[in-house]
Amino acid sequence: MSSSNFTRRGVLRTGAATGAGLALPTIFSGAAWSQGFTNEPTGSTVTLGFNVPQTGPYADEGADELRAYQLAVEHLNGEGDGGMLQTFSSQALDGAGILGKKVEYVTGDTQTKSDAARASAKSMIEKDGAVMITGGSSSGVAVAVQALCQEAGVIFMAGLTHSNDTTGKDKRANGFRHFFNSYMSGAALAPVLANAYGTDRKAYHLTADYNWGYTTEEAIRASTEAMGWETVNAVKTPLTQTDFSSYIAPVLNSGADVLVLNHYGGNMVNSLTNAVQFGLREAQANGKDFEIVVPLYSRLMARGAGENVKGIYGSTNWHWSLPDEGSKAFVQSFGTKYGFPPSQAAHTCYVQTLLYADAVSRAGSFNPCAVVEALEGFEFDGLGNGPTLYRAEDHQCFKDVLVVRGKENPQSEFDLLEIVEITPVEQVTYPVDHPQFAGGALGTCNPGA
Amino acid sequence: MDQIILQILNGLDKGSAYALIALGLTLIFGTLGVVNFAHGALFMLGAFCAVTVQRLLTLSHEVVDPERTDFLGNPLKVDVPYVMDIFGESTGAAIIDWSVPLAILFAIPVMILIGVVMERGLIKHFYKRPHADQILVTFGLAIVLQEIIKYFYGANPIQTPAPEAFRGSLDFGVWLGFEANQIIYPYWRLVYFLFAAIIIAGVFAFLQFTTFGMVVRAGMADRETVGLLGIDIDKRFTMMFGIAAAVAGLAGVMYGPINAPNYHMGMDFLVLSFVVVVVGGMGSLPGAVAAGFLLGILESFASMSAVIDLIPGINQIIIYLVAIVILLTRPRGLMGRKGVMED
Repeated sequence: MSSSNFTRRGVLRTGAATGAGLALPTIFSGAAWSQGFTNEPTGSTVTLGFNVPQTGPYADEGADELRAYQLAVEHLNGEGDGGMLQTFSSQALDGAGILGKKVEYVTGDTQTKSDAARASAKSMIEKDGAVMITGGSSSGVAVAVQALCQEAGVIFMAGLTHSNDTTGKDKRANGFRHFFNSYMSGAALAPVLANAYGTDRKAYHLTADYNWGYTTEEAIRASTEAMGWETVNAVKTPLTQTDFSSYIAPVLNSGADVLVLNHYGGNMVNSLTNAVQFGLREAQANGKDFEIVVPLYSRLMARGAGENVKGIYGSTNWHWSLPDEGSKAFVQSFGTKYGFPPSQAAHTCYVQTLLYADAVSRAGSFNPCAVVEALEGFEFDGLGNGPTLYRAEDHQCFKDVLVVRGKENPQSEFDLLEIVEITPVEQVTYPVDHPQFAGGALGTCNPGA
Repeated sequence: MDQIILQILNGLDKGSAYALIALGLTLIFGTLGVVNFAHGALFMLGAFCAVTVQRLLTLSHEVVDPERTDFLGNPLKVDVPYVMDIFGESTGAAIIDWSVPLAILFAIPVMILIGVVMERGLIKHFYKRPHADQILVTFGLAIVLQEIIKYFYGANPIQTPAPEAFRGSLDFGVWLGFEANQIIYPYWRLVYFLFAAIIIAGVFAFLQFTTFGMVVRAGMADRETVGLLGIDIDKRFTMMFGIAAAVAGLAGVMYGPINAPNYHMGMDFLVLSFVVVVVGGMGSLPGAVAAGFLLGILESFASMSAVIDLIPGINQIIIYLVAIVILLTRPRGLMGRKGVMED
């Protein structure tokens, strides 16, 4: 009978090592470890992960993002009319996939919940081998998924996220945002508002009670107060609120003559509808016409609010009616494929996919650190927003911002907003250490190995 | 003072919706003993009856307008509703304008049918099961209904505006001797409150003054004895489920112009309506109505910025806080009867 090799110490040692191995997040185990970086594409294809809200209140916006991603994949693989590949100032993409690898994709459902979004991103990275994650329609989700991608060693190209924090206190080296932010909305809107409504105005803010609401209120207050406006009150409203009448009713009586609705999505549709019902648009206060402002507009929201948006100012990242060649090319190929013009969410997602693919092509590698290097300080044009810079210090895109107004006589169900001003990039640029973006550190890129 | 009157008015319309939903919930609970978590979904389906009628009335055919172009530069296709072809432009436009009130006629049979099918098809199989099972199955049903609506109508809110004649608002303060613009109240919310009052009065009158109502009330008090008298109480209770569904549905139809309908509006009202039922007293119809208005008004008060400044977050917890206080002092709720949910 052979003697057993098991000793008490040996068992303990093996057990401890196995336990430690199991305790490691699975993300850092398996194939990912043995290669140069997480999910290095070795075959003839590369997989991208599109993490968008497919259910929940932003499902329609998510569906539009997904359409844009599918279009981007087609164009990257040389199908369709090529869209913005024709107008993009960088000509590194040739329609033969990315670095010769055919682009494939998997999708996840963020549900506009941080935990669900992290779970779907994790699954796409671990199970499907996604080398880049992109999408989303909320800042809470963007910040959560960005942090996960940083840990996992993949690139995160943010979708629609407007909070200052995404590239402020929660910025990460592996994360990049093309969409504009609350500060930029304030900086672009304030001069237009001062011009339209004068500098002697008293504002009343209703603010959605979560991260994006706070940064938007802070940004709009700072920039309008700098123009001479006074803020008479700012009230937080629960995110789940559907009837805003009890918040709207006291406004007319408060001494204010402007109502700023720091609301997005269904919140904005309902609060604006309520404000119009309570006669705020026809009302007079302090001897002036009462006015309403919606800092962040989207066409899908404007459609939900219907006639109530007429004449109301706001800001937006992009609009399909822009006359530049890039926008025209994108609207043409999106409109031909789907039968209606793309939303700003669709635009930013399409552009982010192209920017990622281009960065990989220029870097000659899918390694996240090579991609980060290629994107940092990258200047480009032809993607619909004029000359744009991906700032190295915080991974935020700097470009012109659109100030829009609800159209008085829309020609169609898509023709809801008119561009009032294209605010030049210089006016919305801020220093990296601006107080609204204080805290947090970019850190260094993580290739995951 | 003007602020207080303003918030009371505000609470009335919210309270009306709570009261109507809670009334239906109590009817179902009182007659069938079922805790119906799909009741919020019935409210939502009612609102989508208004959306459906609006869609039907605006069914259009395309006419190409060669002088204008669409976003791709092609000749613009303009939608012309069939209603305008049939009735002429101005009458057609007026019919479309009145789509929400017209939807009431559509919603009553549709909602009664949905209620009866729901009761016969699913809920009757759960009468003898524990309340927990009933809650699970009705909650599941609510999610299914919600997803069906989202599949067909999308996730975004859909505007169902009030008729032109009822848009705008009334300067209520001037009537009471205040200065202009102190107490503004939208016309449609007044209509909603009056509508709710009529429906509530109608349901009470129906139960009080008709033979059918008398049998139902007797059944609510002692189902077994009524059954022994040879009356088919089940059939009447099924009808009551249909009526409760119609009440929730009508509350939803008329609520459309206040807040644009979306697929999850039912869930937004459901939990609060349950609190209303519990505060009012399980099984008590007057209790449900009184608690609906009470909590609606309290919720409005708690949303005043002076109150929020004093106690931050009070606007989000006031209803539950009041529920706790009432249940501690009156465990059966405001008008609860002895023996209900106590077995």
